[in-house]
Order: sequence, then structure tokens, then C-alpha cells
Amino acid sequence: MNSVNAADSGQAQASVLLAHEGGLHARPAVTLTKLAKTFNARILLASDAAGPWIDAKSVVKVMAMKTRRGAQLHMQAAGADAAQAVTALVKLIEDDFVGGPP
Amino acid sequence: MSNVGIVIVSHSPDVARGAADMVRQMVGAAVPLAYTGGNPDGGLGTSVEGILEAIDTAWSEAGVAILVDMGGAETNSEMAIEMLPPERRSRVVICSAPVVEGAVMAATEAWGGSDLDTVRRTAEELGGASK
Repeated sequence: MNSVNAADSGQAQASVLLAHEGGLHARPAVTLTKLAKTFNARILLASDAAGPWIDAKSVVKVMAMKTRRGAQLHMQAAGADAAQAVTALVKLIEDDFVGGPP
Repeated sequence: MSNVGIVIVSHSPDVARGAADMVRQMVGAAVPLAYTGGNPDGGLGTSVEGILEAIDTAWSEAGVAILVDMGGAETNSEMAIEMLPPERRSRVVICSAPVVEGAVMAATEAWGGSDLDTVRRTAEELGGASK
């Protein structure tokens, strides 16, 4: 399920398949972190829905997840722009990390 | 608020330039960046003058974070900081982190406007996380 679930305002979740060659390695981790930082919402990532959840704006933690290709990447966001943040991050991953912030 | 600048100091000009290339390609041009390496004779080494120039090139009102490879790169960077005008001195820090990985991590943190202390802590937090 790659859909964004924005149940109530200020909260959003999604789960997306990581199809990128090589998984969430250095360059995509940097791109994802930069995009996350453009939103005010608190954004958490996990490769297991049960956690642990890490801060998507921390490049060190995103890289340390070592998420492999084929893994399901779970995200949840809280804040006024949570839905936009999750939508943008899902799109980035679905677009194979092309078109992130400059 | 401007982004913190990043300075890369290596004994090898090739390493310094290569690390800077990685920052440019991975993080982009929104973070002020400069590198320096090698001695004036073209050999391995670092120079206080070169580091001062790099700090000037990468200067940002938000401050500058320096990544060094080892030994003289660090002591020369400390010396360069001491030679800065007093109003700039307190806004330049040396990160205790591996030069290549630290530069990419620090620049990513600097992107989007994190303050100097956060940038330094991110570089120093990485340990083996980038491997």
C-alpha cells in the first residue's frame, strides 16, 4: 500500500516499497533527509511497522537504518503540513529519488 | 538565516577536492563550501594560509564547520581560527569526525538552516553509521 493515510488533520502515515537499486544508501538518504527538512512536521521513518522509529530529518539516523531494496518503508508525520510531507516523501521514493530539492 | 558553511582540510589536495565533489553532488550548491589541501610545493600537507582562505570562501553569518583528516590539519585549523578577527572566531568550529563522511553529513544538516552546533553534533554523531 503506497497510499497516504491522513486520518485526521495534522497526522499522516504511509508505507511505501523501497525499490531503489542498492536500497537507502548514502545519496538517496541525503536526498530524503533534505526533502524532510523542507517541512515543519515531525516525520518518523521505520523499516518495521513495530519500530524503532527514527527522525527522518537526521541524515545520520536515516543512513544508519540501512534499509535494503525491497523493504517496506513506513512513515508517519505530525504537524500542520504532515499530509504534504508524507505525500512528497512517498512521491520521492516512488520516483526513484529523482526530483528532490536542489 | 544563511546556511552554515563547510570547509574541508586534508593533507592531500585530491582528497580535499574529492570530498568537496561529493558534498556538491549529494547536497547541492545551497551550502557554502571550500576545500584546501597540500603544501605550497605540491606535496602533502596543510597550511594556515590555505585554511584561512577556505574559511573566507565558505564564510557564512551562521558560521563555518571545518572537517579535517588528521594531525597537522587539525593544529593548523586551530591556528587559523585563532588568527581570525574576534567577531568571527567564535563562529568557526572543528568537527571531530571522518573528513569525507563528516563533510557530507555536516553539509546535509547545514542544508535547510540548522545552526552551527547542530551541524557539528550531526557530523560527530555519525561514528560508523555511514558504512
